[in-house]
Amino acid sequence: MLSARGITKRFGGLLAVSDASIEVAEGKIVAVIGPNGAGKTTLFAIMAGFLRPNAGTVTFRGARIDGMAPHRICRLGLTRTFQIVQPFAGLTVRENIACGAHLHHAKRADALARAAEIAAQVGMERMLDQPAQDLTVAGRKRLELARALATEPKLLLLDEVMAGLIPSEVAEIIPTIRRIRDSGVTILLIEHVMQAVMSLSEEAYVLNQGRIIAHGTPQQLVRDPQVIEAYLGHGAAERLHAGHPGAQAHA
Amino acid sequence: MLGLVVPAVLSGLTTGAIYALVALGLTLIYGVLHIINFAHGSLLMAALYTALFMNLRLGLDPYVALPVVVAIFFCAGYLLQRYVIDTFSHGRDANILLATLALSIIIDNGALYLFTSNTRTIDVPYAFEMVEIGPAFIPLPKLVAFLAALVFAALLWLLMRHTRLGAAIRAVAIEKRGAELMGIDVKHTYAMCFGIGTACVAAAACLLLPTFYVTPQVGYAFVLVAFTTVVLGGMGSLGGALVAGLFLGVVEALCGLFLGETLGQIGIFAAFILTLLFRPAGLFAPRVA
Amino acid sequence: MRRLGPGEGVVGILLALAAISPFVLPSQAWIGFAVNAVLISVLSIAWNVTGGFCGQMSFGHAALYGTGAYAAAMLQLRLGLNPYLAGIVGIAAGAAMGGFIGALAFRYGLRGSYFALVTLAFAEVLRILASSFEITGAGSGLTLPFRPGLANLQFPDRYAAYVFVLILCILALAVSAAVKGSRLGSNMVAVRENEEAAGAIGIDAFRVKVVAMIISGAIAGAAGVAYLQIQLFIDAPIAYGSLISVEALLGPIIGGAGTLLGPVVGTVVLHIVGEVVKTGVGGAPGLNLVFYGIVLLLILRFLPNGLMGLAGNLRWPARTASAARSAEAR
Repeated sequence: MLSARGITKRFGGLLAVSDASIEVAEGKIVAVIGPNGAGKTTLFAIMAGFLRPNAGTVTFRGARIDGMAPHRICRLGLTRTFQIVQPFAGLTVRENIACGAHLHHAKRADALARAAEIAAQVGMERMLDQPAQDLTVAGRKRLELARALATEPKLLLLDEVMAGLIPSEVAEIIPTIRRIRDSGVTILLIEHVMQAVMSLSEEAYVLNQGRIIAHGTPQQLVRDPQVIEAYLGHGAAERLHAGHPGAQAHA
Repeated sequence: MLGLVVPAVLSGLTTGAIYALVALGLTLIYGVLHIINFAHGSLLMAALYTALFMNLRLGLDPYVALPVVVAIFFCAGYLLQRYVIDTFSHGRDANILLATLALSIIIDNGALYLFTSNTRTIDVPYAFEMVEIGPAFIPLPKLVAFLAALVFAALLWLLMRHTRLGAAIRAVAIEKRGAELMGIDVKHTYAMCFGIGTACVAAAACLLLPTFYVTPQVGYAFVLVAFTTVVLGGMGSLGGALVAGLFLGVVEALCGLFLGETLGQIGIFAAFILTLLFRPAGLFAPRVA
Repeated sequence: MRRLGPGEGVVGILLALAAISPFVLPSQAWIGFAVNAVLISVLSIAWNVTGGFCGQMSFGHAALYGTGAYAAAMLQLRLGLNPYLAGIVGIAAGAAMGGFIGALAFRYGLRGSYFALVTLAFAEVLRILASSFEITGAGSGLTLPFRPGLANLQFPDRYAAYVFVLILCILALAVSAAVKGSRLGSNMVAVRENEEAAGAIGIDAFRVKVVAMIISGAIAGAAGVAYLQIQLFIDAPIAYGSLISVEALLGPIIGGAGTLLGPVVGTVVLHIVGEVVKTGVGGAPGLNLVFYGIVLLLILRFLPNGLMGLAGNLRWPARTASAARSAEAR
């Protein structure tokens, strides 16, 4: 469904993403993981049209989308969320979601009704008339998800929707994301919370210093010495194996 | 041909120096507060009236009155920013813009009410003394204004580069939060900045008065040119404002020469709009890919 | 979809009472004041579409207003066009000018202070052009011959003129309400709140902003045409002067930017303040504007959401109740 090939992005002298390739098949939940500054958000921004790659192509459902404006990519069915959530602060939850629902519903009444449905899908039905600026962090993350979902995407790019949540909130949002996938939306997510990646995704890519260094099931990846080194530093994998093998699960 | 152009260029440079001085104040305020001070022209007009009445009532020559007017307007600028603009706008950008607009409406129309729309001038003995420069004759007050504006620009540069206050101002301009954490009083620095910006305008007013006139609307024409200067020079750039001010003075003089007085102003606005559209970071800013 | 709350209802009733007051208490001074206040209200409604709904603060709406007025005047005087046709072309010219300025400014990503400056500069360029060329009447302006009658869209007295601007104002409000309640209106608000996030949910921010300028330009152009047909005279400072640009934004800011009735409320309140000052201190020039500035400062300080924000406080409990009812209905 989504295929990014050989993506390279430079900011001045800094190579943020280097020759990265990712394939996302329809109906899957795919994760991109990697340490801070690995280039995950940059890669997302390129796929959603917010940045233009220096090299490489992005194809979505058969159409080239690299360099296309974000709103046009969204209309093709690919919607992203932001790591730093960007709610329309002056509007209520309902109005926020309706802004997204208007993409496919011309009438205000339809968009507002659709907003209420989607709010229920992400567990926000009680907060419909709250101003977005009064929401908690968890509430804002949900709103970000709901607004993106309202555009009725085929593929949803979730940029760290679980960062900053407490474990019980993470536990709440995981089934929500799974339900979204079950309703027919393919999901590509960037995540730091390993618990979430392990239980949600069927497939993951590991990005380190702008390069894809590994690809496989999450269970395979946590045993991959290269991945462990990327997270914990040079030589960590050997030390872990020598010391206590059980520590791998924390990686 | 050259006989017309060279005097026009020289005369343009002297006007441009005043533009530069007005724009220096504006760009300093923009560079630090990141807002455009719409009251800048009104403060220029108020300073012109202050210098005018010091001359008419107290017999003070504008050049003698300059330090006094500058001191008064520095204080006025400080107080306006600290106790009016900042307080009334809750520190929100759009509201700061509107608060300065409100001030300009109040000052302009207050002047109209108090002084009526009559055009006033002062008489100074040296108003028509000419200095011969190459093929051109330049009025002495204009030459004085030109040189003094350059001196003020230099002083401002020294202040910014070599004083504690300058360092604080630069720090706040770059990173307000960080500066605050380093113990810099941001509100005070903002107000100092506004005060210095207003002082520039007061100096410009005293230099302008011997060869110019005063009406309640006089600030408006200047502030538009000052906006152009600031945009052309790169918003917030002191050096840029100086060069752009001189440049615009010359452009205006040449357009005036070839197109006539009113259309001459079009040259300035055309430059303004084109710069805003194509190089909003200013002509001299490094081009970012 | 959303019903008007009690706060908006109260404001609406007060406005309706104010609108019929010139007929109840006939006086030449009062009707003259009312014509002016309603005309500026139309201009405020225009500004509110871009500045309020879409968040793009223009400091040069005179460029749109003046273009409408000049286009209508020139077509009647130079080509002998029927005033109605000329008026329609004037409205189209205002819309075109809005689209032109918007397309240029937004194409190059101008926002905030920069957008305010470029709109101001356009108004200023047009003012200088209009006062420089023979075809626009140069310094002496353009005067329409006085031929009262419905066929010429001219008014025998101020009451007829008042009815005309009142209808225009109601039409402008209807357009504004239609925009606000539509997908376009929702997109405008999204762009105002956060342009990047709007793009991410499929909104073409550039297009939305340009369309906002076109609609605003059409309404502002209509206000310009109305001024011309009532006063039968325009010149560059009247049509393109900074006073018009300032008046266009004062009403919405004071009344509540982004609300439907805010621009009208703000303009009417402001003009009443101005009138009270005038009668209190005599018709000294400038003094009423000093008070405009003071009112603006006070609003920024104490009512950042404008007068409608105050009325909105009345609305709060009732709105949740109606929302709960509509939730039950499903």
